[in-house]
Amino acid sequence: MNDGYTFGHVARMEWIRLRSLRAVRWTLGGGLAATIAIGVVAGLNTRNAAGDPTSNVLAGVVLGQLITGVLGVLAMTGEFSSGMARVTFAAVPRRGLVLAAKAAVWGAVFLAAGEVTVLASFFLGTGVLRAGVPRPSLATPDVLRAVLMTGAYLALTGLLGLAVGALIRHGAAAVATVVGGLFVAPLIIGGVDRSLGPVLPELIAGNSLAAVQPVSGFSWSPWLELAIVAAYPAAALAAGGWLLARRDV
Amino acid sequence: MISVHGLTKSYGGRIAVDDLTFDVQPGTVTGFLGPNGSGKSTTMRLLLGLAAPDAGTALIAGVPYRSLRWPLRTVGAVLDARAFQPGRSGRGHLLALAAAGGLPRQRVEEVLTQVGLAGGELGDAAGRQAGGYSLGMAQRLSLAAALLGDPAVLLLDEPLNGLDPAGVHWMRSLIKAQAAQGRTVLVSSHLISEMALTAGPLIVIGGGRLLAGTTVAELTARGRGSLENGFLALTGAADYPAAFPGAVPAPSPDHAPAPAPAPAPGSERNSR
Repeated sequence: MNDGYTFGHVARMEWIRLRSLRAVRWTLGGGLAATIAIGVVAGLNTRNAAGDPTSNVLAGVVLGQLITGVLGVLAMTGEFSSGMARVTFAAVPRRGLVLAAKAAVWGAVFLAAGEVTVLASFFLGTGVLRAGVPRPSLATPDVLRAVLMTGAYLALTGLLGLAVGALIRHGAAAVATVVGGLFVAPLIIGGVDRSLGPVLPELIAGNSLAAVQPVSGFSWSPWLELAIVAAYPAAALAAGGWLLARRDV
Repeated sequence: MISVHGLTKSYGGRIAVDDLTFDVQPGTVTGFLGPNGSGKSTTMRLLLGLAAPDAGTALIAGVPYRSLRWPLRTVGAVLDARAFQPGRSGRGHLLALAAAGGLPRQRVEEVLTQVGLAGGELGDAAGRQAGGYSLGMAQRLSLAAALLGDPAVLLLDEPLNGLDPAGVHWMRSLIKAQAAQGRTVLVSSHLISEMALTAGPLIVIGGGRLLAGTTVAELTARGRGSLENGFLALTGAADYPAAFPGAVPAPSPDHAPAPAPAPAPGSERNSR
């Protein structure tokens, strides 16, 4: 009682805040439904019997990463656009704790929503595969790994968005940075030097995490690749927490 | 309870608060007066640890704000009436804060009733999205957040903005009652007449510097019976009241040095 506020208090605050915004439910639900729909269409269009249908039906994460990434940004920048940051940081002067609590609460929600999305994509997408295309099951080697890692990828892009929001604080600029970093950077960097593919998150997601069959140029283990993807939000969260504690609000 | 010493803060070369020193005592409403842009809000933000000072200290109950173990139970602050996310209900906003302060849900209903957002004429306004609140309702919600932890210190920045006459009367009574219960209450305002009705001690600043640590009675006497004239004389607008009653010169943003009648830094009273 007299020891002062803890991570648990702050996490409860963030959990109540997350649940009490209707826009979060609709954006997350709608965006992830569209992600699943892309997977179903990809399943319908899969013709190559020797291909990787698991990877195909997870194609919706190209959209899904944007949904979680942008929601992650807004989870942080909403504090600053509304002026609520002053109330928050007056209530919790240890600002790193606020970022940590947001990361824990939003990260858990993104992970749960991400895994539900990829499992739904897998079952619905493989359910509509045409005759002649072998239907994978979760018991097929590497399939469960590919599906779950892709769900984790959605959580990691959400955390990256949160961290970028803490670094940039301005919603539109932070969204542009996340979209640019996830989408545009791979096009440019990956296009200039294909050997850099295995360190660019979006290319890792499609070519390693979601892949059951090896993709040329991506020879590292998916676990190492997942760790590389995770390093981005980890580094950005550390920098965001450091900066958040030092800037005036 | 509040002790500010040598507090200094500049933004990009412009001095917002300049070697400010004052104390605020419990049991009475202390008015924090100054023209627009004189540094009142910056001082409040420095007190709350939201901005870091370039020099000096701002202590609450003897410690810097950031060292408080239960900030919400120690200090209640209203800086900006609309400091909440518009899509969340007023009740949701307070429930989240109550969680951070380790306070029971029941406390949320108590303050909502106290400020009239639940169980009163406004119906259950607390259940509606706060983005739809009028400025007066937003002001009430922000006050409810400040009162949530039953704090011994209240910092209120322009708490009367947006309130209707009944609301102003209500807020004035509430502020006085909080002080009468022994709390330390610092209320900033640029409404001189309001200070005459509410405050005892006055801290007057201009250009970020202390112009006077005085009282309503003393400054009124100096203005020959008018607090407003006393204030205008103090803030360097002495020539204005005669020719243009009520006129206050607009402070220029780079008006860093204090106006002519400013005392030496740190002096508690303006010499006559």
